[in-house]
Amino acid sequence: MAKKPKNKRRDFLQLSTVTLGAVGTAAFIWPFLKSMSPAEDTLAAGSTEVDISAIEEGQSITIKWRGKPVFIKKRTKDEIDAAKMVQASDLRDPQDDADRVQKEEWLVLVGVCTHLGCVPLGQKVSDMKGEYDGWYCPCHGSHYDTSGRIRKGPAPKNLDVPPYTFLNDNTIKIG
Amino acid sequence: MDKNRKVHQFKNPVLNWIEFRLPIISYFKKEYGDYPMPKNCNYFWSFGALATITLVTMIVSGIFLAMNYTPHTDMAFDSVERIMRDVNYGWLMRYIHSNGAAFFFIIVYIHIVRAMYFGSYKYPRELNWILGVFIFLLMMATSFLGYTLPWGQMSYWGATVITNLFSAIPFIGEGLKTWLLGDYNVGNATLNRFFALHYVLPFVIFGVVGLHVAAVHVHGSNNPDGIDIKTNNDSVNFFPYMLIKDTVAMCAFGVAISAVIFFGPNLMAEVDNYIPADPLVTPAHIVPNWYLAPFYAILRAVPDKLGGVLLMFGAIVILFVLPWLDRSKVRSCNYRPIYKWFMMGFFVNFFALGYVGMLPAEGLYLLIARVGLLYYFGFFFIITPFVGWIEKPSKLPLSISDVYAKNIAPNIGGGEKGIPSPALQKDTNL
Repeated sequence: MAKKPKNKRRDFLQLSTVTLGAVGTAAFIWPFLKSMSPAEDTLAAGSTEVDISAIEEGQSITIKWRGKPVFIKKRTKDEIDAAKMVQASDLRDPQDDADRVQKEEWLVLVGVCTHLGCVPLGQKVSDMKGEYDGWYCPCHGSHYDTSGRIRKGPAPKNLDVPPYTFLNDNTIKIG
Repeated sequence: MDKNRKVHQFKNPVLNWIEFRLPIISYFKKEYGDYPMPKNCNYFWSFGALATITLVTMIVSGIFLAMNYTPHTDMAFDSVERIMRDVNYGWLMRYIHSNGAAFFFIIVYIHIVRAMYFGSYKYPRELNWILGVFIFLLMMATSFLGYTLPWGQMSYWGATVITNLFSAIPFIGEGLKTWLLGDYNVGNATLNRFFALHYVLPFVIFGVVGLHVAAVHVHGSNNPDGIDIKTNNDSVNFFPYMLIKDTVAMCAFGVAISAVIFFGPNLMAEVDNYIPADPLVTPAHIVPNWYLAPFYAILRAVPDKLGGVLLMFGAIVILFVLPWLDRSKVRSCNYRPIYKWFMMGFFVNFFALGYVGMLPAEGLYLLIARVGLLYYFGFFFIITPFVGWIEKPSKLPLSISDVYAKNIAPNIGGGEKGIPSPALQKDTNL
């Protein structure tokens, strides 16, 4: 019995040493892990102003914003109607067309497929536009409609809508 | 310190001096000189040595490439072109490195096929198999990282697609992807870290290969009949018999890889990777390296993002538990009349998956990929445990020398049953 207090003391010392060592190691690892996250200059959000006066109805342009392609499309009447007709509840990622645009003829999308990050086709007249006449991702066959919503294929989500504002009728500021 | 340690004595005093201080000479003599190899080992058993040689070749050619490569998005593509056009023998270094990677995978796949068919993964070599699967994983990671470095279209979009796999993980996926990339999309931060990791991982592989070899030397190599060495008559010394055999294999390998390096260096390359990376244009077909294509086929065969990613990684992880899925005590498929055919079917299926993995995922190709996916997992989860249970294996030979006397020795005029031919008798004067 005389031994017991001594053992307890040793156990305590062992446990506290190991705990302190583990916490210290974890604290030391953190800066290394954190150094792999986007750096400050990468985070400094950029914004891009785009002149949209030259875009004809039915035409779409691609601009670069934060290293990613952004699609700006002036939709035709038919395309707007097709997008509006869809019941949001039938969709994989339910969203009304009205929630995805500020002015219904202007559709602004991040042109990155939500499956594995390819750039979908559909910007050029000659491109494949997929079964819903919007965009088609050639990598793994995702089909997007005229509102950029996922309709068929492996992608889980609609094409992202970036933050943007109309500065005036002819200029959009993205970011 | 053990004062009574017996120090090996050699004729050469320099060797004795070293041996007394660091017993490395006797270690090599034991592990690579007198090491007993089953005498029935065929050329399939040379692929471990070939893989080691290829790993060293990759490390050496890679170090010399790194001396001229610039890991920056603005300069990477041009620096690779400069290696090809201006650096003395730069083209040779690069073609050795790029084709060496493909041959490394060919060799390792044959090595894995050997281990599976002849049951090398079974008791007592399970850990050896696990280390091997780990090496395979590291190789895939390293080759993916390396493929990004030339910064062509396939580099860029391959890196984009593969890193996006991580975004499929619920909740933490997007954050994890951003952390891995160091940016919101593949960019300079990504290229820099991929270069750093591509440089260091081969040395990690080298370390694990060391453990892999050390582990196989504990219980000795398996053999085509899958039975243990029982007497000295069953084995030959590694030196010189197996070393010479491995050297012959190495010569044949050298001819094959030289033929490709010098006469068809771009046979296994993708044309699109000679177009500089463009973040705004995705190539019509993103094609993985052929040696990763079977897993890519599995990814695309599933119409759900997370499901596809899980099954693709699952297809590799399942290999780790193969020793416990297989209930049969018989190692070699030569003595397993039913499982043998399923095993061959598995190899054919893997090949077919790789083939459709390089083609667009639609129509018949997609169907083949889905059937292939079912067989792949069915083989591990259903066929392997079930066949091991119902199958009646053929009668195993009594010993390796017994097989030898019956099947091989008569044809080359060897001795009687159980007595090895003089040519293969152990040379005890080594």
